[in-house]
Amino acid sequence: MSKITFSEETLKTVREIIARYPEGKQKSALIPLLHIAQSEFDGWLSPEVMDYIADILHIKPIEVYEVASFYTMFNLKPVGKCLIEVCQTSSCWLMGANEIVEHIYKRLGIKPGETTADGMFTLKTVECLGSCGTAPMLMIGADYHENLTFEKVDNLIEKCRQSGKRSSYLVDNMLG
Amino acid sequence: MGKKLLLKNIDIPGISSYEVYRREGGYKSVEKVLAEKNPEAVVEEVKKSGLRGRGGAGFPTGMKWSFLAKPEGVPRYLVCNADESEPGTFKDRYLMEHIPHLLVEGMITSSYALGANKSFIYIRGEYFYVLRILEKAIKEAYDNGWLGKNIKGSGFDHDLYVQIGAGAYICGEETALLESLEGNRGNPRIKPPFPAVAGLYGCPTVVNNVETIAAVVPIINDGGEAYAAIGVERSTGTKLISASGHIKKPGVYEIELGLPVEEFIFSDEYCGGIINGRKLKAVVAGGSSVPVLPAELILKTAAGTPRIMTYESLADGGFATGTMLGSGGFIVMDETASVLRNLHTFARFYHHESCGQCSPCREGTRWMDQILSNILKGNGKMKDIELLWDIQGNIEGKTICPLGDAAAWPVASAIRHFRKEFEEFIENPAAVKDVKHYYSVNNISEA
Ligand SMILES: Cc1cc2nc3c(=O)[nH]c(=O)nc-3n(C[C@H](O)[C@H](O)[C@H](O)COP(=O)(O)O)c2cc1C
Ligand code: SF4
Ligand code: FES
Repeated sequence: MSKITFSEETLKTVREIIARYPEGKQKSALIPLLHIAQSEFDGWLSPEVMDYIADILHIKPIEVYEVASFYTMFNLKPVGKCLIEVCQTSSCWLMGANEIVEHIYKRLGIKPGETTADGMFTLKTVECLGSCGTAPMLMIGADYHENLTFEKVDNLIEKCRQSGKRSSYLVDNMLG
Repeated sequence: MGKKLLLKNIDIPGISSYEVYRREGGYKSVEKVLAEKNPEAVVEEVKKSGLRGRGGAGFPTGMKWSFLAKPEGVPRYLVCNADESEPGTFKDRYLMEHIPHLLVEGMITSSYALGANKSFIYIRGEYFYVLRILEKAIKEAYDNGWLGKNIKGSGFDHDLYVQIGAGAYICGEETALLESLEGNRGNPRIKPPFPAVAGLYGCPTVVNNVETIAAVVPIINDGGEAYAAIGVERSTGTKLISASGHIKKPGVYEIELGLPVEEFIFSDEYCGGIINGRKLKAVVAGGSSVPVLPAELILKTAAGTPRIMTYESLADGGFATGTMLGSGGFIVMDETASVLRNLHTFARFYHHESCGQCSPCREGTRWMDQILSNILKGNGKMKDIELLWDIQGNIEGKTICPLGDAAAWPVASAIRHFRKEFEEFIENPAAVKDVKHYYSVNNISEA
């Protein structure tokens, strides 16, 4: 594994973020930095990556681990290149979220929490993403895909395969 | 047509851009308060408007602002709550996505009133794309002199930042939000002290919902009295309602408070009625936390008066027969929906989102999730209903933050109003499989 460091360009962004907070309150930058780290280092936060962030913010590694493990968007284990997050809460469920999950299972053979053998897809069920009026919905990277039908889901899967890119919350419109 | 204040310009092409927003009268409230140089008068105007917090609790905003401590030499903060994670609620996203400058303008005007030189918008992590939209709007505001040092020569400095979350409903609770903003786990703090005294970094802080801050703009432009003239009694002004579920026209609607519930559900101006000609069964009127009501009780109070969309009317009858306006997340269920299954999605949600600090909430939410899941798998027993009742009663009022109550109320109300459905599921699990619980995805387009 190559040494864990941000590029010069990313470091510039990191410094800008840290400068937002008053003197001595740099820990406020932790969550934004973890997002950047997850996006840059293969979609998950390894202990080494978290130690690096602790270093940047001059805090103890445990302070990073306890925060990273609290928030559902941080992956503490590797995930597939394309992370499909399907909302399963009330309005989505009323409009057929279960069937969307079943359909993905039929297509990819993975249940929530599982990753395809080729490491391409991970399926995750999540709680209300604030898209209840356009239910059912799922999220890939930063993109919301709403009013889902089986056909739309098939298209998304196909597009993910073709693009081959790793999904990231920091990249909008990744499937075009 | 009801009067619109927040969304009145929403259909103007390009309204998300600075140029169009400004052309349509944007940033006038900032000009006004900077010219008048009287922050207290701004707070007074908000008091006069009767505006109540739109995040769910409905606390009077002007009063909250007047509680802000002002010790010499200590910075004050305004923090906007854009965590929006209450199931059924998507109005803040709509507002930020389509008219981001309204929030930016509201943040500047409100910060001026509070004497805050720095403010934050804390936005839920899943709204990353909205963060980009806000950041662009904020940059435009800086470029045009509405943010930064000595704004428009007034001597007032203000910096505004957007802070991203990372997926945790509990961070919508104001003290958990502040913890998260400080780079910690989102564990709610014990109150007092309240944020107004010791909030962000221990400094006096006001936390307000996106819609609340946006409403400050028309209040300052047109005056508190004009705002208070809309609505009914202590429910003044307009409210954004997120409508979803089995209705013909789901979406975000700005209503004048006081609109009859029946009109909201059935008129073509709003939800357009129930899909596929089915009957209304139940409504969760204010986001997942509020009591679910059967059709009879959402349309009319127990006393038989038509219910209207106000804080008071929805709460009429207390928890025995009423509910709450909450965040305005209006979830509609038709006759084919199972209240019990819907309840299980809520129970699972609260179990997942409990921060784990208090035993009644941590253990109780897990237990309720498991019992409901068991019933739905066909393994329920009649005594489970009593057990659920008992557990919810042992959470309510016994926790650090209101998430515990929020987890208890949906369970209590479902048992109160839909006990028969629980009994049917438990007695005849085989029949459960035959009930059509949701639409096949291919039918959705019929709606
Ligand atoms: C568990 C929980 C979740 C909450 N989530 C939100 C939220 O997503 N957005 C919000 O504005 N308020 C939320 N609140 C209410 C806030 O604690 C706070 O009352 C509100 O942000 C104050 O703003 P307002 O007076 O303008 O409504 C939540 C409260 C609790 C207990
Ligand atoms: S009530 Fe629940 S969410 Fe709130 S502080 Fe206690 S354990 Fe955490
Ligand atoms: S219930 Fe799925 S987005 Fe709200």
